[in-house]
Amino acid sequence: MLRPLTPSRCDGVNPRKPDMKTPILVILAMLSALLFATTTAAQTGPSPVQDVLQEHRALLEKSSRKTIGPAIDAIALSGLPQMQGVLEAWRAKDVWQRLDDGLFFIAKKNATGDYDLTDFDSGQVVGTAPKKQLKQLKPNSGIRAMIATALVTFQLTDPDPEKRAAALVSLTRDPEAALLPPLRASIASETDEVLLARKSRLERLMTMAYDTDEAARVAAITEMAGDLSLDFRATLNPILSTKLVAAKADEAANVNIAKTLLPGDEALPRDEAYALLVKQDLTAPLVTAADRNAALVANIKEARVGGIFVQRLNTEVARDEAYAALVATGVAPPILSITEVDAILANHQFFFAYQEPSSAVTDAARKALDASETNVAANQAIDLGLDALSLASIYFLAAIGLAITFGVMGVINMAHGEFIMMGAYTGYVIQQVIPDHTISIIVAVPVAFGVTFMAGVALERLVIRWLYHRPLETLLATFGVSIVLQQLAKNIFGTQARPLTPPGWLDGAWVINDVVSISYIRIAIFVLALLFLALFLFIMKRTRLGLETRTVTQNPRMAASMGINPDRVNMLTFGLGSGIAGIAGVAIGLFAKVTSEMGGDYIVQSFMTVVVGGVGNIWGTLAGAAMIGTFQKGVEWLNPSNTLAAQTFMIVFIIIFIQFRPRGIVALKGRAAGD
Amino acid sequence: MKLTKTVLASALVLGAAPAIAQACPIKVGVLHSLSGTMAISETTLKDTMLTLVETQNNEGGLLGCQLEAVVVDPASDWPLFAEKARELLTVQDVDVIFGSWTSVSRKSALPVLEELNGLMFYPVQYEGEESSKNVFYTGAAPNQQAIPATDYFLDELGVEKFALLGTDYVYPRTTNNILESYLQGKGIPVDDIFVNYTPFGHSDWSKIVADVVALGADGKKVGVISTINGDANIGFYKELAAAGISADDIPVVAFSVGEEELSGLDTSNLVGHLAAWNYFQSADTEANTAFISAWKAKMGEERVTNDPMEAHYIGFNMWVNAVEEANTTDVDAVRTAMYGQEFPNLTGGTAVMLPNHHLAKPVLIGEITEDGQFDIISQTDEVPGDAWTDFLPASAVLKSDWKELGCGMYNTETSTCVQIKSNY
Amino acid sequence: MERSFIARNPSVLIFISILALFTIGVTVLSEGFGIGVISTSFVKTLGKTLCLCLIAIAMDLIWGYAGILSLGHFAFFGLGGYMVGMWLMYERTRQIVETSLAETALPPTPKEISTAIGNQIFGVVGSSEFPVIWAFADSLAIQLALVVLVPGLLALIFGWLAFRSRVTGVYLSILTQAMTLGLSLYLFQNASGLRGNNGLSGLQNLPGVEAPQSVVSVWMFWISALALGLAYLLVAWLVSGKFGSVIRGIRDSEARVRFLGYSVEHYKLAVFTLTACIAGIGGALYYPQAGIINPAEIAPIASIYLAVWVAIGGRGRLYGAVIGAAFVSLASSWLTGGQAPDINLGFYTIKWVDWWLVLLGLSFVLVTLFAPKGIGGLFDLATHNTKPEGKK
Repeated sequence: MLRPLTPSRCDGVNPRKPDMKTPILVILAMLSALLFATTTAAQTGPSPVQDVLQEHRALLEKSSRKTIGPAIDAIALSGLPQMQGVLEAWRAKDVWQRLDDGLFFIAKKNATGDYDLTDFDSGQVVGTAPKKQLKQLKPNSGIRAMIATALVTFQLTDPDPEKRAAALVSLTRDPEAALLPPLRASIASETDEVLLARKSRLERLMTMAYDTDEAARVAAITEMAGDLSLDFRATLNPILSTKLVAAKADEAANVNIAKTLLPGDEALPRDEAYALLVKQDLTAPLVTAADRNAALVANIKEARVGGIFVQRLNTEVARDEAYAALVATGVAPPILSITEVDAILANHQFFFAYQEPSSAVTDAARKALDASETNVAANQAIDLGLDALSLASIYFLAAIGLAITFGVMGVINMAHGEFIMMGAYTGYVIQQVIPDHTISIIVAVPVAFGVTFMAGVALERLVIRWLYHRPLETLLATFGVSIVLQQLAKNIFGTQARPLTPPGWLDGAWVINDVVSISYIRIAIFVLALLFLALFLFIMKRTRLGLETRTVTQNPRMAASMGINPDRVNMLTFGLGSGIAGIAGVAIGLFAKVTSEMGGDYIVQSFMTVVVGGVGNIWGTLAGAAMIGTFQKGVEWLNPSNTLAAQTFMIVFIIIFIQFRPRGIVALKGRAAGD
Repeated sequence: MKLTKTVLASALVLGAAPAIAQACPIKVGVLHSLSGTMAISETTLKDTMLTLVETQNNEGGLLGCQLEAVVVDPASDWPLFAEKARELLTVQDVDVIFGSWTSVSRKSALPVLEELNGLMFYPVQYEGEESSKNVFYTGAAPNQQAIPATDYFLDELGVEKFALLGTDYVYPRTTNNILESYLQGKGIPVDDIFVNYTPFGHSDWSKIVADVVALGADGKKVGVISTINGDANIGFYKELAAAGISADDIPVVAFSVGEEELSGLDTSNLVGHLAAWNYFQSADTEANTAFISAWKAKMGEERVTNDPMEAHYIGFNMWVNAVEEANTTDVDAVRTAMYGQEFPNLTGGTAVMLPNHHLAKPVLIGEITEDGQFDIISQTDEVPGDAWTDFLPASAVLKSDWKELGCGMYNTETSTCVQIKSNY
Repeated sequence: MERSFIARNPSVLIFISILALFTIGVTVLSEGFGIGVISTSFVKTLGKTLCLCLIAIAMDLIWGYAGILSLGHFAFFGLGGYMVGMWLMYERTRQIVETSLAETALPPTPKEISTAIGNQIFGVVGSSEFPVIWAFADSLAIQLALVVLVPGLLALIFGWLAFRSRVTGVYLSILTQAMTLGLSLYLFQNASGLRGNNGLSGLQNLPGVEAPQSVVSVWMFWISALALGLAYLLVAWLVSGKFGSVIRGIRDSEARVRFLGYSVEHYKLAVFTLTACIAGIGGALYYPQAGIINPAEIAPIASIYLAVWVAIGGRGRLYGAVIGAAFVSLASSWLTGGQAPDINLGFYTIKWVDWWLVLLGLSFVLVTLFAPKGIGGLFDLATHNTKPEGKK
């Protein structure tokens, strides 16, 4: 993120300001450093690095971003050849302090558990010490960023391309005007093409923010107008940052005005305008209700205020009256009337002023940014679309097994969520056995299918078979099964969430630009959902089992008389649906979490997906998932601060939707569930 | 008056012995959910209490009596906390209760504790805005966790734009209200504070993470303050890692993520993100080493320790010392003896019980490391817990002082006690 | 009429007698009014159980008799609780606030009082404004009327929408489940005006009542018993008449009843709304005994448990529903309360906390499979009544 050095940012926090307040401390530190230098000189010889460090010992020990600046400067500007190494070790938290003499070393743990101490100046191991006698310097990430900035000038021309890249990263994070010349100087000698491109881009951005030549800045801005990237916008926005200012109406404002305002505008309500005047000492504050009450209390005499009995002051009107009486006697300031306030406001002008003085630059930046914003909005819509697609594919994957059992067989399986959970725990167990994440996932998918397939077949054989004509009771019995499975999972695996870690190649995200990106794991789930859609269609349309299933769905008695065994078909279909739930469990566990209660999170959504989509048709399920996913993301987009509301609205929407299409988007054919 | 009432009540209840003479064994009630959604966190605390009681018994008990832990299971069902608290106080006749995790469960038990003059130690960081005569809050108040962490963001990391992400319930809501007000007081404009609430167990984080990244578009350093609770953190951190957000770009500080929560995660992508607590397992002191090894010996090598456990450790030991000082387990006598109790923290320094029933404890900030632990990078001196925050106008005028003023909600402006019993 | 109805249904008389005896027994044994054998907390548990029996009767009417498996009745139960809770909370806070403000230098204005009450109630969710829905919270009479009206109205609207478009069977079950999930998610938001996840608490303290909880708990027990008795009579009377025949007809064959010229939708709507009102009353009595109501109470799982109770107790017979609710909820609270002894098998210790749900789920499956009449069916065996009111 680029930040220009506007005047407002030059506040007391600036770490590079030399510490002038504590010369005595510095002297003391130097004295102590001298002392240590003499005591240790016998064994280590001259030690310029240690001396610099000891000089700033107090600051190093305090280790706060607010005060560390002088120490970093001193190390960076000392001109000693070891300093780059010192800074790098410090940033990597490898610098330790020996407690008994306060000397700093690079410490590394050795085989015995103690620490080998390396002297900065000689680069030699000068001793070992147990952890107890050492204290680690722990620069926090604020200090680490400052060290990185200090390292930039060294690293920009470092022979190691990785270090040059690191320098560019920290330069992007914390740009400074002073670093623009070294950056420009390093471009000529850059050999790596990728780094060269990054350097030139960064040079353009820093030119916009820091160049002293107005024309160069405008040219750089115009050149990149409409660019989508975050760093470009992050450079322009601070240039365009404004401040609300009030001034006397007759005074000409000597600033770069972005927009003038009138009190009472939407952006500037009257009371805020007045408060601004008070803040800028342009007028006296209004008397508030609290002030009034305090004045009343202060002036109670013989149970009366301004001639009115205190007991009667239990209304606003009475209090105003009493206060008016106090004003009349001159013991309290008057309350301004609305017209008086208006008159004061009318005597002033209000405007947003750019903090950037050059209007040529702000105009160019405004134009460039407007072009970007349109571009960004379009890309945000695409990003939202990807999110919706991803959510839809997760719902689809969770619901597809249910669509088979509910849709094709007319059986409600409330334990479907628990099959998802079983799949996820199977994945977890396999990861415990096979540590390699890629292989374990490849193994986990078929095993999860197998485990939940068997569980599904068992459930069908033991429970559901007896209840085919009592759908409501199937619902309840499978709910009983779901309670049992959930509690068993708790008893076996505990209530703690278990990790299911995706393989390394699924880490990270597919970044199209700075606005549109989607994580690989979500893409994988999307692909998995597509695969299952294809698999389902293949089984249903191209295999014997599919044919038989469709037959049994349409007319079980006729099918039976044609020599198809409906029992077997039902059992296999149920197993298939459950098996897919198990695989969905692995997928969901990879991107979210594995807990005994994860099934419950998906069961209602899955039902909604199936019901909205229409029972008995895979395309319906697909449509239902797409609709619910899109709707939910749409509400989230409209109301970004409250995700809970999105879920509530979704349910209300579904209830209403069912009114208009009671049989879902794709209406049912064949054996009707629930009748 | 209060005392006679208690005695009368307890005499009515079971014809029990008067509270003055010590009956053996001394009963310690443990009111933590062992089933339901909160069991994940609270079971650990139950085990902590059992360990503490066992240790105390091995050291010879208390007032010549053995301690007996009475464990009940409120099953993460909030009304059950009231019912079980009543059962503990009247049927089991316990002398003290250690329990609760969520604020709503504490608020459920509160009326019963105040009615029956019980004594409860509440070990979890919470949103403040409460000070009951019958509860000692050994977890962090907002000024012992949220405010120092925000200061760290402002001062040490230079964060200029804040995303406050939380689970939609009272602790995040109140904490975020306080923080919004605090940040505005520090000169952060309202537009630079993004707030989002998600349901419990939320798993679809892509949109929210994208929103947070987009905050960086105006060139200010963005930081996330997370009050996301429980399981939902797993999905959040996974999405964060997937989006490649490094702690150097957008640091996240969490108030509800400790060692226990991290054990369900692969932390290699989360290194450098932060958490603020009063205790981390990695604290390098002798007391902590002993505490951890005793815990691991009992519960298993893979188990971790966390902040609420330390809170129970301090709370229990302070109670033991207060009982010895008062030479009775009578609630009012113990309560009086509690004020000013000191006990060494596991992280070094000394915790002190204040008259507002909160502890003075140091605040620690840790960076997540690869092995699922925290590297402590900042440790303050003891910060006194503040029951009523100074950063909300309605609460700024309130203070709690049970020792001198005998009031948990005292209006310093009007010098009146707003109410003796809590607003539940 | 009344005489003949009781005469035709001896079970009603038996039930009312048992309930009366039970009430007297509990009173005599209680701490507040009797010899104190039963602790106050157990009186509360029993009182709450009566309220659960009340909603179980409602569930039996709609499921056992009308054949509509509603998985959302706890939404109505919760709403009833919220309605009464609003008054309890408002009134108690008002008293505290007025006492406290009486000490200030200036007498408080009505606005100051309402701000202070709002601050006390909503401070926990970071607000001090009274939401619109609290408009009548200061009036006990109106809030009591709302206990019936709000659930009734919600049921009426929801039922009208659902039955009008002929949503039946499992679809309806899932839709009712969605309703209660939607409501609980809505209430979870702090912006809902009902204090979000915190809910309404401290409800056990009746404003203006000085009596100790040992006495109040018995009062609440009496009222719950009275409500249960009345509801039992009402429902038993309803199902014994023509109305009962029609709804049983709808359960057994909806199409035939429709062809006979009955307006099936109106009957269903009537049953749905009536049971919602009964559930509302149950909730209004339950939560002052529980002390706190929050959105978790109306999560879908609660309503599913309700169906479990009725199924285990025995559908289509009102005493079955009562037995189921009482038996399962009491067993559940005993076994998970830590009092039940663990069973040591030598190699493994069975802790009831861990295994109770497994047992409940299994027994539930077994009841559904092998004993659809539930525990109530045992009574049929005893009386050789092979033609129960319930199952076809």
